[in-house]
Amino acid sequence: MSRVPFYLLVGVLLLTGIAVTIYRHVAFEVPWAPGEQRQVWEVEAQVNFIADGGPAKVSLALPSNQQGFRVLTENTASSGFGLSFLDDEEGRRAQWATRDAKGSQQLYYSVQLLVAPEAAPPDIEPPSPAPDISWERPYDTAAEGAISRAYRQSADAFTFARELVRAFSGDRQDENARLLLTQFDRPSLLVRLLNQADIAAREINGLMLEDGRRRQTLTTWIQVFNEEGDWVIINPTNGEQGRPDNLLLWGAGDQAVLEVQGGSDSQVTFSMLQHNEPASVAVRNQLADDTLLNFSIHSLPLEEQSLFKTILLIPIGALVVVLLRVLVGIKTSGTFMPVLIALAFIQTSLFTGLVGFLLVVAVGLVIRSYLSYLNLLLVARVSAVIITVIAIISLFSVVAYRMGLNAGLTITFFPMIILSWTIERMSILWEEEGSKEVLIQGGGSLLTAILAYLAMNNPWIRHITFNFLGVQLILMAFILLLGNYTGYRLLELRRFKPITED
Amino acid sequence: MWATPGKLRAKGIIGMNRRNIRYIGRYNDRSLYPLVDDKLKTKLLAKRHGITTPDLIGTITNQFSVKHVAEMVSGQPGFVVKPAKGSGGKGILVVEHQDAEGYIKPSGHRLHREDLERHVSNILSGLYSLGGSPDVALVESLIAFDDSLSEYTYEGVPDIRVIVFKGYPVMAMMRLSTAASDGKANLHQGAVGVGLDIATGTAVRGVQFDRPRVDHPDTGHDLVSLKVPDWEVLLKLAASCYEMTGLGYLGTDMVLDRRHGPMLLELNARPGLAIQMANGEGLRSRLDLIERQSENGDVDARVAFARHHFARRGELQEAMAS
Ligand SMILES: Nc1ncnc2c1ncn2[C@@H]1O[C@H](COP(=O)(O)OP(=O)(O)O)[C@@H](O)[C@H]1O
Ligand SMILES: [Mg+2]
Repeated sequence: MSRVPFYLLVGVLLLTGIAVTIYRHVAFEVPWAPGEQRQVWEVEAQVNFIADGGPAKVSLALPSNQQGFRVLTENTASSGFGLSFLDDEEGRRAQWATRDAKGSQQLYYSVQLLVAPEAAPPDIEPPSPAPDISWERPYDTAAEGAISRAYRQSADAFTFARELVRAFSGDRQDENARLLLTQFDRPSLLVRLLNQADIAAREINGLMLEDGRRRQTLTTWIQVFNEEGDWVIINPTNGEQGRPDNLLLWGAGDQAVLEVQGGSDSQVTFSMLQHNEPASVAVRNQLADDTLLNFSIHSLPLEEQSLFKTILLIPIGALVVVLLRVLVGIKTSGTFMPVLIALAFIQTSLFTGLVGFLLVVAVGLVIRSYLSYLNLLLVARVSAVIITVIAIISLFSVVAYRMGLNAGLTITFFPMIILSWTIERMSILWEEEGSKEVLIQGGGSLLTAILAYLAMNNPWIRHITFNFLGVQLILMAFILLLGNYTGYRLLELRRFKPITED
Repeated sequence: MWATPGKLRAKGIIGMNRRNIRYIGRYNDRSLYPLVDDKLKTKLLAKRHGITTPDLIGTITNQFSVKHVAEMVSGQPGFVVKPAKGSGGKGILVVEHQDAEGYIKPSGHRLHREDLERHVSNILSGLYSLGGSPDVALVESLIAFDDSLSEYTYEGVPDIRVIVFKGYPVMAMMRLSTAASDGKANLHQGAVGVGLDIATGTAVRGVQFDRPRVDHPDTGHDLVSLKVPDWEVLLKLAASCYEMTGLGYLGTDMVLDRRHGPMLLELNARPGLAIQMANGEGLRSRLDLIERQSENGDVDARVAFARHHFARRGELQEAMAS
């Protein structure tokens, strides 16, 4: 019987698990540790315009995932307007429309952005080549001059663009530049010159993020493409190349940021606020594109999520049980009973849980020993024990509450049926094998439960199991491997010690 | 206090994990388990193969018949009630004799009719069976064990555990009941285990609660002089259980009856590892040797092979001689 398929399976599980986990970390910036904070920007765009009376239509470009930022959540407020989101090659837009609007109107759009330094820049199509550009005299010679001078001092599209912009800024302005600037607006002039030199370029809008700023407007930047389709951003005022860290690109493509039909005096202003959020919250807020790879619990409603938080911990408890049984050799009463007890400890906290557990089991055992005189059928007896357990738990809750121990109330989280079976088994064990075996198995179960609790309640483990489903595959691989372990158990080293003595 | 894994390996000791995966998992087909996990099935199977077992007085299969148990056992000098699916001595009630007032256990403890009925009822509801599934109670006649063994055991029938691997008897021990084990010869309940030389059936070494022992704790009799009569017959009986069940790694529990000689008490698909303690030797080298044998001969050939290769001189005798 070959073990190759087995190791292959374990290998595949392990690799898939690790790959999926790392993918989630890298692609969605889910951090490894729970406490990590993430910077989140809250940006609000306010659109103002005077409606003419009659139908009005407003279209606002929206930011999308981009280098440095990831869109978390979006909200809009716009009374009386219908709203739809459009998403095409030109970028995402919000479109408000109404049949009848009069007077001053305000529309709001707010977005939460996660600062994500590793986020890759999206692929952007270069603008279609501009039609032939013609200049009036004397600007044609000035343009020619500016282009040929920058051409001489550069090697490729990006350095050319940089030289060109520099020639139009600061003290380096020459005659040509000054002449052209008298007639044209700087960014559009630069784009025009670049296009004339056969370099794809466009104006784009960006928002400089600064904490607490209000009534900000967009600034214009120049996006320059080279032949390979790569692009850079160049500051039109000083020729600096590269995106400042706090620049949020707003909209993409050639369309205007704000288009208003049926209104006038339109303008859009921005206010922004920065705050830190725990990474887990930031992760939860990510708009989940539900692909298979992004398979995540976060797409479920909140209530189901918290349920899953517990369910996903059970394999950890199972792993602890397997470890203790296979590697250590601890005996427990009921294989996975300790995991259920550990789950109850999570609700009650360890100390209250332990005290409660011991109290219930001890009192249960006393009452059970009386039941054994009554000569009952097993099912009836266990049912009687269940009722007894419920009675004990209710009694403890009330007494604890009266005494001002609110922690006592959490005792109701114990799985009562499991407790009853535990009591039943322990009591049989007591009658059959004596108190020593009860202590061994009871102690083993409790020890296992405590270790399982410590593992399952560890914030780091909780964070990892909840956010990386791939970890379940890794756990599975480990458990399979453990199921294949033929070595000695720790306690066997003691048990068999006498044999080695002679 | 602790041995190193290397030392245990050098002694050829097999641990639980290895037993489960390497031997039980590999040689015992799960579909065959019911044959041995249910003592009633084992008994019927043994009957068909001409292997003697203690007489069956009757079975109780439902709660209505529980009242009839007293009727069933009336007239029997002594009897044993056991769960068909029990293990490790759990739920076994040994009654040595009965009188008008009730039933007397080997310890002298007296039970009443209600106690007996409750015990049977508990068995039926699955108290002692694996996973608590409903069970059947067997009533067997009490074994009158061979007189030659009476000094070595206290209040109970000693039984002989033989591990049969692929049909070869590989290791054996006798289990002697003690006051602690309450008339049953199950080691973890406190019975004394005495390793037996496969060649001769003489004592090698003794243990109780996994710790070495040279005499019986209750009778005080030394263990060295122990020698099982009818040894060869017993080994052949054990070895033939391989053909009977098809299980490759098997624990057979045998008893010696005064009149009928060696008998099969029960079979075990997951025999424990304490036998290594009783023999002061690991199973590993013996199992490896058997695994290297290409063909299995018949019962006689296998027993002869085992007696030849696994012969040992008892340490107890060595200790006495020096
Ligand atoms: N018919 C019997 N007569 C006397 N003692 C018995 C009888 N059956 C069982 N016992 C005692 O009970 C012990 C356990 O019985 P066994 O049938 O092996 O059940 P288990 O599967 O629980 O080990 C035996 O070792 C023996 O001491
Ligand atoms: Mg047995």
